[in-house]
Amino acid sequence: MAKAKDALLDPLFNNNPIALQILGICSALAVTNKLSTALTMTIAVTLVTSCSNAAISAIRNHIPNSIRIIVQMTIIATLVIIIDQMLKAYLYEMSKALSVYVGLIITNCIVMGRAEAFAMKNPVGLSFLDGVGNGLGYGVVLLAVGFVRELFGSGKLFGVTILNTVNDGGWYVTNGLMLLAPSAFFLIGFIIWGLRTWKPELQE
Amino acid sequence: MSHYFMIFFNSVFIDNIALTFFLGMCTFIAVSKKVDTALMLSAAVIVVEVITVPVNNLLYVFLLKKGALAWAGYPNLDLSFLGLICYIGVIAAIVQILEMALDKYFPALYNALGIFLPLITVNCAILGAALFMVERDYNVAESTVYGAGVGVGFGLAICLLAGIREKLSYSDVPKGLRGVGVTFIIVGLMAMSFRAFSGLQF
Repeated sequence: MAKAKDALLDPLFNNNPIALQILGICSALAVTNKLSTALTMTIAVTLVTSCSNAAISAIRNHIPNSIRIIVQMTIIATLVIIIDQMLKAYLYEMSKALSVYVGLIITNCIVMGRAEAFAMKNPVGLSFLDGVGNGLGYGVVLLAVGFVRELFGSGKLFGVTILNTVNDGGWYVTNGLMLLAPSAFFLIGFIIWGLRTWKPELQE
Repeated sequence: MSHYFMIFFNSVFIDNIALTFFLGMCTFIAVSKKVDTALMLSAAVIVVEVITVPVNNLLYVFLLKKGALAWAGYPNLDLSFLGLICYIGVIAAIVQILEMALDKYFPALYNALGIFLPLITVNCAILGAALFMVERDYNVAESTVYGAGVGVGFGLAICLLAGIREKLSYSDVPKGLRGVGVTFIIVGLMAMSFRAFSGLQF
């Protein structure tokens, strides 16, 4: 029971995939200028990591070692295609906004990294929980960055106006930098700084 | 000619794959500690991009695109949903072949590149370039130039970052920020300066 709890909760802060393992940063930066895209991406990545972890773990004793990367890739790519098609069918606007980044979940290092490091050695249930945990750990950082970027960049949260902007006759002057690429780097840099000051044992 | 130059220039500076689209970040941060290794990785990335982007382009135009299978008697078949799995398959296969060819004919180069070649399979910059190529509807010549541009752009960015990180070892960074934290902030500053190119018009 304790192991299951660790597998689920450890990736949230103690072993966060983005801030500490430095995995899966590519998509984390690109989709965070709005909270809604960040949330969709979190759900998609959590689904793919947990299902791929469970599937790979279920067949881990039957995969020949020399071709394991290709087998993992095929399982992951299949799951990503399913997600991509679902988004196109039910959330077309969202799938346009995410553009190529849904497809890039395949090469998201979190998915591959967890398959290789955890699912190949652990039973199905634990691997599934580890996948969920890592997906959520990824989501925590994504939503934190998305929150700051959308609030200060366009004065909104989930598209609902919080700070009335000057363009709409209010008082808030939007910070254009927050909508651009570089702000995400700064925010993640500061999140890492904060996390490592809070938990000094993680420092390099 | 100027059209191809524009595509190249665009993908190196304005739409730099690492600093504007954030692709290949994991490798970008992990392999940028030394200039030598960064140079090696950029060489590998350029070679793989120049080969895989046009190959994926051919695959898309002649097999996957809607109506592409008309010659086989399926004018309405649209296989583009199989794109992702095909592209990653092509990339993994070409990296594998390249590795074997280098091992046989250029062992010195093979040893120098070492682990970087297999690592490139899961580099999002490669798959990303293939997906952007599809999204922008390039033809074979355009996608070759685009592949070269993306590779050079990634190489440029990673070598610059490696140069800065080598100098950084002399500076006194706050404890919690050391290592990865400060690297992120440097990349942010670099991305900001690369934004300056976006004002360029021809």
